[in-house]
Amino acid sequence: MTGRTRSGDLKLLTGTHFINGDEACAEGAVAAGCTFFAGYPITPATEVAERMALRLPQVDGVYIQMEDELASMAAIVGASCAGARAMTSTSGPGFSLMMENVGLAAMLEAPCVLVNIMRGGPSTGLPTLVGQQDVMQARWGSHGDYEVIALAPESPQEAFELTYEAFNVADRYRTPVMILSDEVVGHMTEKVTIPSAESLVPAARRGRKPLKRGFAPFLPGENEVPPMVFAGEGYHIHATGLTHDEYGYPLITPEAQERLVQRLVRKIRDHADEIVRTEELYTEDAEVIVVSYGCSARTTREVVEQARKRGMKVGMLRLITVWPFAEKRIRQLSGRVKAFVVAEINAGQIAYEVERCSEGRAKTVLAGFMGGRIFSPDELFPIVEEALS
Amino acid sequence: MIQKLVPQQALEADKRNWQKGHGDHPLDRFLKEGRIPHIWCSGCGIGIAFTAFVRALEKGQFDCDKTAVVSGIGCSGRAAGYLNLDTYHTTHGRAIPFATGLKLARPELKVVVFSGDGDLFAIGGNHIIHAARRNVDITVICINNFNYGMTGGQGGPTTPLEARTTTTPYGCAEHPFNLIYLAKAAGAVYVARWTVLHTYEMRDAMIEGMNKRGFSFIEIVSPCPTGYARRNKLGSTLDLMRFYRDNSYLAAELDPENTALPFKGRVAVGKFVDVEKPTFMDMWESCVVNKARK
Repeated sequence: MTGRTRSGDLKLLTGTHFINGDEACAEGAVAAGCTFFAGYPITPATEVAERMALRLPQVDGVYIQMEDELASMAAIVGASCAGARAMTSTSGPGFSLMMENVGLAAMLEAPCVLVNIMRGGPSTGLPTLVGQQDVMQARWGSHGDYEVIALAPESPQEAFELTYEAFNVADRYRTPVMILSDEVVGHMTEKVTIPSAESLVPAARRGRKPLKRGFAPFLPGENEVPPMVFAGEGYHIHATGLTHDEYGYPLITPEAQERLVQRLVRKIRDHADEIVRTEELYTEDAEVIVVSYGCSARTTREVVEQARKRGMKVGMLRLITVWPFAEKRIRQLSGRVKAFVVAEINAGQIAYEVERCSEGRAKTVLAGFMGGRIFSPDELFPIVEEALS
Repeated sequence: MIQKLVPQQALEADKRNWQKGHGDHPLDRFLKEGRIPHIWCSGCGIGIAFTAFVRALEKGQFDCDKTAVVSGIGCSGRAAGYLNLDTYHTTHGRAIPFATGLKLARPELKVVVFSGDGDLFAIGGNHIIHAARRNVDITVICINNFNYGMTGGQGGPTTPLEARTTTTPYGCAEHPFNLIYLAKAAGAVYVARWTVLHTYEMRDAMIEGMNKRGFSFIEIVSPCPTGYARRNKLGSTLDLMRFYRDNSYLAAELDPENTALPFKGRVAVGKFVDVEKPTFMDMWESCVVNKARK
């Protein structure tokens, strides 16, 4: 696929494609109107950058390969402040470097999308093999208090859809949004259907109607989110990584800190119901629910189907939104299930959240695998079976 | 306890206070209301360089709606916040990549990075050489005061051999960067150095740099009386201005390799590089976009 369709619309390649999850992320971004990508090569996320390098010049966008991931993240925050829909992609080691300016994006309330194709860690770890060990880093990686939104696709098709959606969510809440994909989904080639423009949720409008200069650019509007204006529009705004007042001017006081950080947290936390998305399978009468996300959910789905065939009351809760966490749903379900099994490729990260939200009403069992491969149904099944008994 | 948001009226009242006295000076229109007084120490050279920049905006007739200033962290990094332009105060060392994103996403903007030597050449060293290599069309103004002022005067990448700072109490044992030589080698198309004594030359270099297509770099040698000058017994800012008067020499023809700034040594000033080279966006259009659309 060179990027040209019969209709000649280079932005949205409506039709059926056979592409991998990384490429699907890139197509989702281009479809969403992303016009700026800054990145640095890293396995297994390089294919996202490669496809953006191919596609952005076709759609009036700019691709730039930066000198490192610190610069890549800083550049997309800059591009976002200039009004572009901007994205970067990386994997574990690069994700660590990006954390500095994830905090800046949160503080400047600069919407942007960060794709992390997770590989096994720590450190250089398993460059070419899968892991899901960056889940907590996605949430807490940059210093200070803030909230992020993170979405985890389980297939290339969903990688397209969620990346497309990530831009709308980022603009709506003025926050960095992460795609927490993984090496399995990223390198898996599957059918991806790109819909026609009419069947996609239209891109949210960026920016706001013109106001007179001197307004307070960080005075929150709807949902505690201030409307955004961009560089070069004549507003002469100031944006700083320092704690600031509603004018965007530095104000180093406990009162300003309380007001600003409370709002940065609340604008996501208080709207979790609108943001959180999950998929449920046989949860109505389940006694054990397997909580999973990303590639792990593919094995989980198979295990749940097998268990049902044998008459076992097992269900699945798949986290499409990893952050904010589906707290409310876990609380509800914890009152009527025996146990949650959390199937993930790490030493227990989402398991902590499930345990916290079930508040002892249901047991939490970790089915944790250290990575390098996706676990097989044969490995997960006995854990589920034991949880049931 | 959750703090209630400040009502709009309170914010407006705040603003009326700011307006007092704003506009009395003809250059006030280049400053954001209510931002002065600034944070710089008395005797600091950053204010002089800042004024030169404001005068460059005036004399160069730059469109304030289409000029953005990006700063990193440090004393010089605070300059952005005072300017009545679109201004961004970013993370330590990352002003240049942020500015790169800003410029490439909105190429009609004039983007200026105003920051210090530690921010641009230590933590941000990798970014400045790569922005120069790519020839991104931005202007970098580097205030070089030979130490980290904001944190109390520590040694940095430009601290001369033997100079004392709080972290080089016996004298600096590391060789410093020569910023002019480095900027040239990395590919900057315009490179100049002036001291804060040279107010007009500094202003004109800023205008020239901002009008230059491509990566322009201007080093401003500046006194830090609180940190660097005090610990090295270099005297007051007035003494240092006399020192600049007596020891700076115009070196337009000088090879940038010979423009290093030794401890208490002479200061080579002037314009060292002024060449033409396609910018990042020029090459993007001609080499990439033209082929991609075929």
